[in-house]
Amino acid sequence: MQIAKIIITCCLALTGLLAGTAHALTVAERLALAAGDNDQRIAALARVVAVGDPGASPFLKSLLDDNVKLVGNKIFVVDAGAAINAATGDHVELPADAEDVVNNNRMRSELGAAIAALDLRSPDAAVRLQAALALRQADAADSTFALVVQAEKTEQDKKIQTILAEIRAGIELHSTDVVLRLKAARELAASTSAEMRQLLVGRLEPGGEADPEVRSAIATSLRALDQRLVYFEVAGTVFTGLSLGSVLLLAALGLAITYGLMGVINMAHGEMMMLGAYATYLVQNLFRQFAPAWFDAYILVAIPVAFILTAIIGMLLERTIIRHLYGRPLETLLATWGISLILMQLVRTLFGAQNVEVENPGWMSGGIELASNLVLPYNRITIILFSLAVLLLVWTLLNKTRLGLFVRAVTQNRSMAGCVGVNTARIDAWAFGLGSGIAGLAGVALAQIGNVGPDLGKTYIVDSFMVVVLGGVGQLAGTVYAALGLGVLSKFLEGYAGAVLAKIIVLVIIIIFIQKRPQGIFALKGRSVD
Amino acid sequence: MHTRYQPLLLRLLGNSRWIGYVLAISVLCILVPVLNLVVPDGNVLHVSNYIVSIGGKILCYAMVALAMDLIWGYTGILSLGHGLFFALGGYAFGMYLMRQVGLDGVSHSNLPDFMVFLDWKAYPWYWSGSEHFLLALLLVVLVPGTLALVFGWFAFRSRIKGVYFSIITQAMTYAFMLLFFRNETGFGGNNGFTDFKRILGIPIATPEMRMTLFVLSGLTLLAMLWMSRCIVESKFGRVLTAIRDAESRVMFSGYNPLHYKLAIWTLSAMMCGIAGALYVPQVGIINPSEMSTANSIEIAIWAAVGGRGTLIGPILGAAFVTGAKSWFTASFPEYWLYFLGLLFIIATLYLPQGMMGLGKKIKGKYA
Amino acid sequence: MQSRRTFIKSMTAIAASVALMTGSLTVLAADSKEPIKVGILHSLSGTMSISETALKDMALMTIEEINKNGGVLGRQLEPVVVDPASDWPLFAEKARQLLTKDKVAVTFGCWTSVSRKSVLPVYKELNGLLFYPVQYEGEELEKNVFYTGAAPNQQAIPAVEYLMSKDGGSAKRFVLLGTDYVYPRTTNKILRAFLKSKGVADADIMEEYTPFGHSDYQTIIAKIKKFSAEGKKTAVISTINGDSNVPFYKELGNQGLKAKDVPVVAFSVGEEELRGVDTKPLVGHLAAWNYFMSLKNPTNSAFTKKWADFAKAKHLPGADKPLTNDPMEATYIGINMWKQAVEKAGTTDVDKVIAAVGGQKFKAPSGFEIEMDAKNHHLHKPVFIGEVKADGQFNVVWKTSGPIKAQPWSPYIVGNDKKKDEPEAK
Repeated sequence: MQIAKIIITCCLALTGLLAGTAHALTVAERLALAAGDNDQRIAALARVVAVGDPGASPFLKSLLDDNVKLVGNKIFVVDAGAAINAATGDHVELPADAEDVVNNNRMRSELGAAIAALDLRSPDAAVRLQAALALRQADAADSTFALVVQAEKTEQDKKIQTILAEIRAGIELHSTDVVLRLKAARELAASTSAEMRQLLVGRLEPGGEADPEVRSAIATSLRALDQRLVYFEVAGTVFTGLSLGSVLLLAALGLAITYGLMGVINMAHGEMMMLGAYATYLVQNLFRQFAPAWFDAYILVAIPVAFILTAIIGMLLERTIIRHLYGRPLETLLATWGISLILMQLVRTLFGAQNVEVENPGWMSGGIELASNLVLPYNRITIILFSLAVLLLVWTLLNKTRLGLFVRAVTQNRSMAGCVGVNTARIDAWAFGLGSGIAGLAGVALAQIGNVGPDLGKTYIVDSFMVVVLGGVGQLAGTVYAALGLGVLSKFLEGYAGAVLAKIIVLVIIIIFIQKRPQGIFALKGRSVD
Repeated sequence: MHTRYQPLLLRLLGNSRWIGYVLAISVLCILVPVLNLVVPDGNVLHVSNYIVSIGGKILCYAMVALAMDLIWGYTGILSLGHGLFFALGGYAFGMYLMRQVGLDGVSHSNLPDFMVFLDWKAYPWYWSGSEHFLLALLLVVLVPGTLALVFGWFAFRSRIKGVYFSIITQAMTYAFMLLFFRNETGFGGNNGFTDFKRILGIPIATPEMRMTLFVLSGLTLLAMLWMSRCIVESKFGRVLTAIRDAESRVMFSGYNPLHYKLAIWTLSAMMCGIAGALYVPQVGIINPSEMSTANSIEIAIWAAVGGRGTLIGPILGAAFVTGAKSWFTASFPEYWLYFLGLLFIIATLYLPQGMMGLGKKIKGKYA
Repeated sequence: MQSRRTFIKSMTAIAASVALMTGSLTVLAADSKEPIKVGILHSLSGTMSISETALKDMALMTIEEINKNGGVLGRQLEPVVVDPASDWPLFAEKARQLLTKDKVAVTFGCWTSVSRKSVLPVYKELNGLLFYPVQYEGEELEKNVFYTGAAPNQQAIPAVEYLMSKDGGSAKRFVLLGTDYVYPRTTNKILRAFLKSKGVADADIMEEYTPFGHSDYQTIIAKIKKFSAEGKKTAVISTINGDSNVPFYKELGNQGLKAKDVPVVAFSVGEEELRGVDTKPLVGHLAAWNYFMSLKNPTNSAFTKKWADFAKAKHLPGADKPLTNDPMEATYIGINMWKQAVEKAGTTDVDKVIAAVGGQKFKAPSGFEIEMDAKNHHLHKPVFIGEVKADGQFNVVWKTSGPIKAQPWSPYIVGNDKKKDEPEAK
């Protein structure tokens, strides 16, 4: 028995290996797949899958990648710039009148499912896993049933087998055999997949399942599935809250320095973030142009570039404008608002009013799927980690370095610090540069999740001020608590009240809270107050 | 600086003050209407409708700037909520104007079109009474006034001041803007109120009505100016200035700053409400973007450019900035924000007393 | 002697030719009449500049083209560009300025509904003429305005019909997602009534709104996922406003919501909006418009080429990747139709031009001959549905067989059956 299984596997693997050359599709089959209306093409596809020949796979992939062109009845497959005449196998120049084979969503999803079904025979376990996942998502068609059953039997990998069993049960749920249906309904209780849930719900609708016993089994499975999904849902809300919180934290950290420590109401803080995002954009473009192979690493270069650029601009602003306004916080508000208008219009003049494109590096696209309703996107995870790193950096700088010591000294008692030999003017410039630089870092992060355009900063400025004020001026810990707290609170509220009301409620809560504790969560104690 | 500055200004204007008022009234009530309505189009002296509509707008902005000056210039509290009070006054009067549309809306219902659209069958409770002109006028001052009173009472009692106060007024304004943007709030959502037809049954889109509103705005501004002057010259006004310069000392001298601050803050909000009510029929639209952060900050810059702590300054500031905006956005659209940004910086860095300070400096040089 | 004579000779020659040239110039000047002033009212600063700047440039391009071909009625067009700075009262002020100070014959402008509503009373009072080039919610029909963008039945309803078709994925459940303002609200109201008429239950429709400039779509996406897991095939109909689209689509891509599972069809997302997005994770999501840049026909090739040349010549930002989109096409059509109407009327007089615009035909870049309805001030437009491609362009997967007539008063809104399909006579 065991030996027979191995032999079968080997044979399958061999056919898989030989697929590309030996068992390619006939020209007529290819034409049926590429031309005609979608219903006809899908019927042709079903025939190909029913045969179960892995040799069809490469052509299907070319179809899916829009690499198949038609000239009348002739099919050309484009591969790395060259065109191959499918009938003759010759490399030829692609005729100018070649037409694209247009695949819409329906066609693409059918093609994807067919490829996945054929891929179930791949010798590579990773490919099989991807294929199984894709097939589960694709609402597996009956034509794939034979392939799935066969694959489930031969599959060694437990994880893949579980998914295949799920897919099989999903198809069997529609079987004409009551016993099979009942078995399938019970099996699906173990699933956490949204697609299976959809199937179960669909069977319960009128016109679906008729047998009362199967119906109750479906309902039981559905309840079990839902219960599991609820935990993930709450976990998801907490995660989104933390992720929003980390964005707020990044946006507010720089402000905590410029406003919290230096007393400058920097309304241009948002524009520093915007400049950081544009710096990211420029670095990305340079990589795209000169080092496309290293594209995924552009962000590592963008981080220092954005920091240094915005820090220098910040220091320039401090030296030319802001230093004249110390001790007059309301005036700094107006002057920095003016700066922000100029910076915004400057960016519009240089880069245009339209948003620019910042592409996520490959490793930041997609996410970890913990359950069908809980995906943790890599870019969000990265930003949470990044904000922690920046927080650590700021904390170390302020508490463990000489510069930090001076900054704290100047904050607490400017004239005294000056008396003992601290160059207060220089410290001011450094501190403002640091705050601006951190805003630049926030810009790098924001570029990964949102718009990069001249208005980027305006979206965040009110929120970041709320965070700093709520946290308590001059308190890093307060800023952290306020940012994360606001993030999680807004996300829970948003779940119930919708985005608009949630935002209003949060603002009202902040206003009321400040009435109670005018100095924020952590009030500075002692003589430095007022 | 301020303490020495004021008497000087008073001396400058002292005797000529009443002449000034008479002159202003006659220009507003006789000269402009005659030049606009009687002198024919094409004559060099003709004042076009376009100028009148910009003029009316500037007069309303000047009232807001004056209100801002009372609270910021004289009492030292920078409010970023004046845009909100202005908009609330506008909305209060806008409700009346919407009622006056009557059956002439697109939907030919006695409800405004946006309510018909929301499938509402009757006016919500907070619209009740808005069909009466006098009640609407009352709402114009009561709505912003009450909000300011309640908000101010809590904020001043908790001794929130300086930047904190600015930021929470900003939060309040922002929250209201989001609220008014919602369609279900019942104020027309993003589109707000537009396409007004009449006031007191008289068609609104005529040169005569525009001139009437212009004259009314001008007279209101003068009345506010006169009232503000009475306030700042009274004992009450002196306490306000004292609060601005050293609040703790005022407290230790036995005054309770809370009442003073609350009174001037509420009055200032009411002035904004009146300005908003006059503004809406002249520009023909009120929508939540009037409550945006940028607008409130721009109000502050009017006062700063003109000269805080003077009464004429903010009026000049509002006229100058608004006029510049009209001109720039027509002649050099791309450079408007550069100019405005520079104005913010220059006004704060080099003109701590604004245009009035500059005028004084120049005068001092040649005197 | 010789040299002096030559000198005199050449001097005379120069003098003569100068005299000739001036002469001919004066003749030319006397021949050509005063230029016709044309107002362009689009925000060049503030939040809306992201969309409107391109329309201003498109208008300038079209005017330049018309001038090159001899102008209108033998007169050159002179564009008057003003910046209403995304500030709605300023829109009204600028409109008044254009009409009374500059005395323009026609205005091309506005994007948001609120800006149109703001200038409307001014155009009515002063009897001006406005061409509005953006798709909008309908519920309006004014004598002084021509609407060259789509009404809901020329965009939203065909898109939903497509989603419900087999090729569109036979969607049974719908998420109506939008920014909280009038256009999404009205569109969704119409769509809800339409879906009901197709037998979709209220429980199968989810309606969600976000504030302007909303940038965190995590919760919304989680809600969509949950909703789609609750029943049959779900589709999202997005009327999210321009700026919020990038964070929305980025989140969509990263949360793994693929177009083949839950397709999103958008009415406010075109080539220009996708400029700021990495479109690879978005392949297959849909948009419905009356024009796509990727349409293949000779008129469109000429149109896109003209725009690319213009953008390059004027050093417009983004000229390295020149894009055209639906509102730009609508602007182009509008200006040309106005030109034809003026030529038909023989004057720029507003009332006569209004009478002449109805029934004008124009070969549009969409490949169809577009006609202005004789009565209802809207264009008959074809509808295309496109799927996003990896390069940010659209793959047209469905189109109407020909232009369809606009219904500014949607039959799906109660009470509209009583309204006349032409502006009310005042």
